[in-house]
Amino acid sequence: MMFAQVDFWDLAWVLLYLAAVGYLGWLGYSHTKNATDYLVAGRKVHPFIMAMSYGATFISTSAIVGFGGVAGLFGMSLLWLTFFNIFAGIFVAFIVLGGPTRRMGHRLDAHTFPELMGRRFESRFIQVLAGLIIFCVMPLYAAAVLIGGTEFMATAFGLDYNTALFVFAVVTGVYVFFGGLKGVLYTDTFQGVIMTVGMLILLIWAYVSVGGVVTGHTDLTAMKDQVFIGFKKIGHQGWTSMPQFGWGKPDYNLWWIVVSTLVMGVGIGVLAQPQLVLRFLTVKSGRELNRALVYGGTFILLMTGVAFTVGALSNIYFFKREKVVGRILSREEAKVIAKKEPGQKPATVPCVLLHVDTTGSGKADTHLVERGIDTAGPDGKTIPWSKLMRQAQITPLPDGRAEILPRASSFTRAVVPAGPDWVFNPDSIIPTYITAAMPRWFKVVFLLTLLAAAMSTMSSQCHTLGSAIGHDVFEQLSGREKPGQPPPQATGDKRTIPVEFANSGRSDSAAQKSNRTIVIVRAGIVVGLLLAVTFAYFTRGGYIIARATAIFFGLCASAFLPAFVGGLFFRRITKAGAISSMVVGLVVTGFWLVFVKEAEAGAIGLVRLVTGGPNSILANYPNWPVVDPLFVALPLSALTALVVSLFTRPPADTHLAKCFGAGSS
Amino acid sequence: MLGIEDKWVALAYLLCLAASALCITYGLLRWNQGDEPVEEADQRWAEHETRESEEL
Repeated sequence: MMFAQVDFWDLAWVLLYLAAVGYLGWLGYSHTKNATDYLVAGRKVHPFIMAMSYGATFISTSAIVGFGGVAGLFGMSLLWLTFFNIFAGIFVAFIVLGGPTRRMGHRLDAHTFPELMGRRFESRFIQVLAGLIIFCVMPLYAAAVLIGGTEFMATAFGLDYNTALFVFAVVTGVYVFFGGLKGVLYTDTFQGVIMTVGMLILLIWAYVSVGGVVTGHTDLTAMKDQVFIGFKKIGHQGWTSMPQFGWGKPDYNLWWIVVSTLVMGVGIGVLAQPQLVLRFLTVKSGRELNRALVYGGTFILLMTGVAFTVGALSNIYFFKREKVVGRILSREEAKVIAKKEPGQKPATVPCVLLHVDTTGSGKADTHLVERGIDTAGPDGKTIPWSKLMRQAQITPLPDGRAEILPRASSFTRAVVPAGPDWVFNPDSIIPTYITAAMPRWFKVVFLLTLLAAAMSTMSSQCHTLGSAIGHDVFEQLSGREKPGQPPPQATGDKRTIPVEFANSGRSDSAAQKSNRTIVIVRAGIVVGLLLAVTFAYFTRGGYIIARATAIFFGLCASAFLPAFVGGLFFRRITKAGAISSMVVGLVVTGFWLVFVKEAEAGAIGLVRLVTGGPNSILANYPNWPVVDPLFVALPLSALTALVVSLFTRPPADTHLAKCFGAGSS
Repeated sequence: MLGIEDKWVALAYLLCLAASALCITYGLLRWNQGDEPVEEADQRWAEHETRESEEL
């Protein structure tokens, strides 16, 4: 049965949650509405609400399920990302960027991130380019959010992956279209509170179940000989250690994956997230940002800090404590895929799989490795998988069932079907842990946590994506100005603006244009969501959630960050400097992903097609193929902004006065 | 430290807590600072934003 593990109460709680979200959305429409309405009325948003809204937008299923699963693979070194999330994503973003962004955004009457950039640099090209980048790449991040929720539903409720994807996409998609886009603060806050409660319970339960903080960490440290052999070869030294650091040997690959892609790519990329930057525009003053820090700093610690810690600790549970009781329906000799690169033979682990029915439904719902099978390697030598993989311990019970101790690491425990194959799927680690280690009622709590995390993030993603294509690309390319365009004499903009647009009244042509824009916005959102669902449908395994998120965050950092920060703080940065910086960031990132970064270049396949050999043009230069594009693109982008600005004409004083305020110098 | 083998990972663990504490302390110390009057530009921006949001 499709919903074999979903009972009445599961459905009842989900429906109750959706009803509560719907009610709060209606309440928001009929009363206080959104942050902007507060501002119109000259009122301030409560800092708790502002922080929760920002946090719920920031943190998604990607962070909890995707990056939590990566912590299950690579360990607590991922906590460096939590530090960056809090310090850069909250402290620096709120205190350093928040105020200037809000002031400049209001002075320039900017309503989207590309519009802010375009008006700061008096460039329609910048606005269109930024809009196109967001529209093209945001679906990748939306897919990561979808996959996170889907993996949990598939594992926790016994759904097949495609059904779970359909259900999750429909629920979040309906929410986005029926009110989510407006970003009602009550709804965001409610979702933030649910996320906080869910993650707090998870943290306490996880630490208590491993005997406390120090005992848990000590046990995890002692497990380092259980690290999967494939990870040892690239520098994994245990779940409480950093990967081996160095340059020029494959042994150092993991350090560069963890630090350059996962920690720096996402940790720095958060500063130039279009959907987060917009949140600053709705704040009344710096005082609200100061106050929101108190809640924001706590919220992010409870989200990513808990997910990464629990992800790592899950190894102790699976190795030492898990007991699976059920009927063994079948045994299967299978080659479980550990790593799959396009165009190359997948790296597999030959082993005996147990298919176990733990619910009495007559269908296998749990798949465990019983033991490894020795096999001949490419060089003819035997690979002793029977020794490299821990053997599960099976005790028959009198009623025909069996008690099984999997004695697995998180990686080898997360066995899932993918088409005709079996894969070790890191994105299933957190869902498997929640299903196996937590009480049944928590599955529903966690599902609500993930629904809340996905809904709040996806609504802002869709809003940003739709406005990027409608407002920033279509409106600009259609050659008409929008009603909110600042007076040309104030901005230095030479374009003429019809009189009626400068006032709040609307002409017929303005209304027609507005209608067309709305159609484009909605079509853009539909296309973006379909792209996200398509991507989620075709990709599974290889910690794809974290990788897709890192690509989006890294690209935003490389293409936007130097021009954005430069535009906020430096008067001397010029339009040419900003354009060239964005183009360099975009081109270098694109080049790196297509030709150098092995995983992404392999998926694209151009290098392999041309050379008939490896996936990366730097395949023979160890470590380069795993270095994130950000490491190269961001410095080049920043340098370009600096150098080009120094050699080009500075912006007019009148325009700078408009951007920075008349009284500033 | 704290049962964590590598000092760099232990440092990350402590820095997470420290960064969170920094946010809380800074926010509490400056709880009443930074208030700014709503200016004409703020009002105009908010009205435009509301109208566009309603249309959407």
